[in-house]
Amino acid sequence: MRSILRRRELVADDWRYLSEVHDERGASGTVRGAALIIPLVELRADREFWLARPGPLGVRLSPVDNVEELEPDLPRLALVAAEFPGPGDGRGFSQGRILRTRLGFEGELRAVGAGVKQDLIFLMARCGFDSFELAPGQTLESALKAYTRYTVAYQPGAPLSSIMMQRH
Amino acid sequence: MYRYDELDQAFVDQRVAEFADQTRRFLAGELSEDEFRGLRLRNGLYIQRHAPMLRIAIPYGLLSTRQLRKLGEIAERFDRGYGHFTTRQNLQLNWPRLEQVPEILRELATVQMHSIQTSGNCVRNVTADHLAGIAPDELDDPRPYCEIVRQWATLNPEFTYLPRKFKIAITGSPADRAASEVHDIGLHMRRDAEGAIGFQVLVGGGLGRTPIIGRVIREFLPLPDLLSYLEAILRVYNRHGRRDNIHKARIKILVRSLGVERFREQVEAEWLASRASATRLSPAEVDRVRAHFTPPAYESLPNQDVSAGREPQFQAWYRYNTREHRVPGYRAVFISLKAHGHNPGDMTSAQMASVAALADRLSFGAVRVTHNQNLLLGDVRQSDLYALWGELRTLGLAMPNIGTLTDMIACPGLDFCSLANAGTLGVARQIQAQFNDLDYLYDLGDIEIKMSGCMNGCGHHHVGHIGILGVDKHGEEWYQITLGGSVNGFTALGEVIGPSVPQAEVAPTIERLVEVYRARREDGERFVDTLRRIGLQPFKERAYAIHSAAA
Repeated sequence: MRSILRRRELVADDWRYLSEVHDERGASGTVRGAALIIPLVELRADREFWLARPGPLGVRLSPVDNVEELEPDLPRLALVAAEFPGPGDGRGFSQGRILRTRLGFEGELRAVGAGVKQDLIFLMARCGFDSFELAPGQTLESALKAYTRYTVAYQPGAPLSSIMMQRH
Repeated sequence: MYRYDELDQAFVDQRVAEFADQTRRFLAGELSEDEFRGLRLRNGLYIQRHAPMLRIAIPYGLLSTRQLRKLGEIAERFDRGYGHFTTRQNLQLNWPRLEQVPEILRELATVQMHSIQTSGNCVRNVTADHLAGIAPDELDDPRPYCEIVRQWATLNPEFTYLPRKFKIAITGSPADRAASEVHDIGLHMRRDAEGAIGFQVLVGGGLGRTPIIGRVIREFLPLPDLLSYLEAILRVYNRHGRRDNIHKARIKILVRSLGVERFREQVEAEWLASRASATRLSPAEVDRVRAHFTPPAYESLPNQDVSAGREPQFQAWYRYNTREHRVPGYRAVFISLKAHGHNPGDMTSAQMASVAALADRLSFGAVRVTHNQNLLLGDVRQSDLYALWGELRTLGLAMPNIGTLTDMIACPGLDFCSLANAGTLGVARQIQAQFNDLDYLYDLGDIEIKMSGCMNGCGHHHVGHIGILGVDKHGEEWYQITLGGSVNGFTALGEVIGPSVPQAEVAPTIERLVEVYRARREDGERFVDTLRRIGLQPFKERAYAIHSAAA
């Protein structure tokens, strides 16, 4: 089972991706009711079905997706995952920030993909991400360092208040 | 000038520690070349032709003498005893050793300096008018707002991995000495009917492969909304800017493909939606930062004509290398880094130390870097000018050529940069040699030559009155010449005059171009005025009149 970094702890992932589950749409099966992450395209394709399914639901965004599309369904979603496909693609930062600030999403916000590495985790956390599927080769120890590296930041964003706020 | 408080200092110290750790991991083999690249670039470190190149940030071109001395010390201790000032008002070291870079950064941090975001696809050094705070034509000093934007942009969690680099310039004067219209964002200070400060906002200017002049998307942005509006622009860009092609990734391409109207609508919609949760600039923060930029303790002095009766060399220097100051009795003084026979923008450690001493004595302990690659002492008493001139002469820093043809911009080119096609520094020497007669230079008057060694356009060739671009033709260096570009309040892009010329023909071709000007100019016309009046054709005809073999 996959491990993820969630709120600074390495835990077993209690979520499964649709691609890891084959009988979700069947009448029976053990995964019915389990916590499930589906791609946005699936949600789009059969919104009523997915929103009505029993159990926690999460959606995975790709970098090109408009995060605003999730707005009406956010109350039903316990998790949103945004993808950081590799070094340099920073669209997920904006998706996270919009979810947390403008859309008021309070569920789990997960960073996934090959770009989830120790040197970016602090930026991700400050955009509102609170769980991380670490890229291969990343260790818990190195990832945790990212949280303690800075005690100050110029912009607002958990876990720090901005320098400007501290000044006034 | 801005002084760090303990929070600013803590941040920079922590950034140094982070980069030291990244460098250590790279040297230990824990990070691949590829992984390290994105990290080192965001800290100003390139791997260049001969060695790494470290670009040190000089926010809006302002240095304390303590900082300038430290730069000189660093260049002496870790490099070859000189540095290169750039069009972004930064300083580049061409020969540092990778494993020593963390130590250099620790040294910089002791004088409140760093190299954060001087390269990479993020918000770069915010630039400003080099006469900020002292120009008679200025509405207000832009530097406090540059500092506010600098802090907002520094390791901004949302905007540190943009599609491409992002440059912001702020100007408080209609003369726009910051080239703001060829920046990703240009902010022009304005006042509303009640006298409150705000900004006209331009977006999508830039040079490089696709030169474009920025377009106005908002006539007046109130100051408290400055950061929230920048956030809206950057967010639209971060989400929708192209990432599939490095040559089409700048915001100018997004603005052009959407059309400025649709781009503006998207920004305004984003701004309205996010404004409530975005950072609003409080009067307390504005006042705090502005307090760092209060004018120095000027004496009450009369204006005087200090050049009358002095030797002609001083008179020439006074005329070309000093500028009017808004305070009577003072002048702004350029320190020319364009002495003939030297690389434009280069300065030795010894010169840095000496200039720092002069600025301590004669200009309130501050030095400015101009985007034309010179330095400037902002606040010199007119009565001190003669003595200052004498001292600058002994330092080799009194070349009286500011604003003339040899006050040219040149990137480091093939001698240092791994992107370049052409040896711009060699061509600069050639031009300096061809135009070595000062009387001739003065007769030619205000001509701006800007030269880039490749399409990326670091030398701003598109906006030179005469632009020179190095191109590679089957392994040989050739040069494409453009005419009619300008910045400084009237931004225009130059037009290519025809086929490129071989290296040895650059200076002779420029000679022929200025001959056309001398023959056709009317009273008081600058080169670029004559060009605009009579058009490109006479110049084109003459440019190739001798060298017909150009292909």
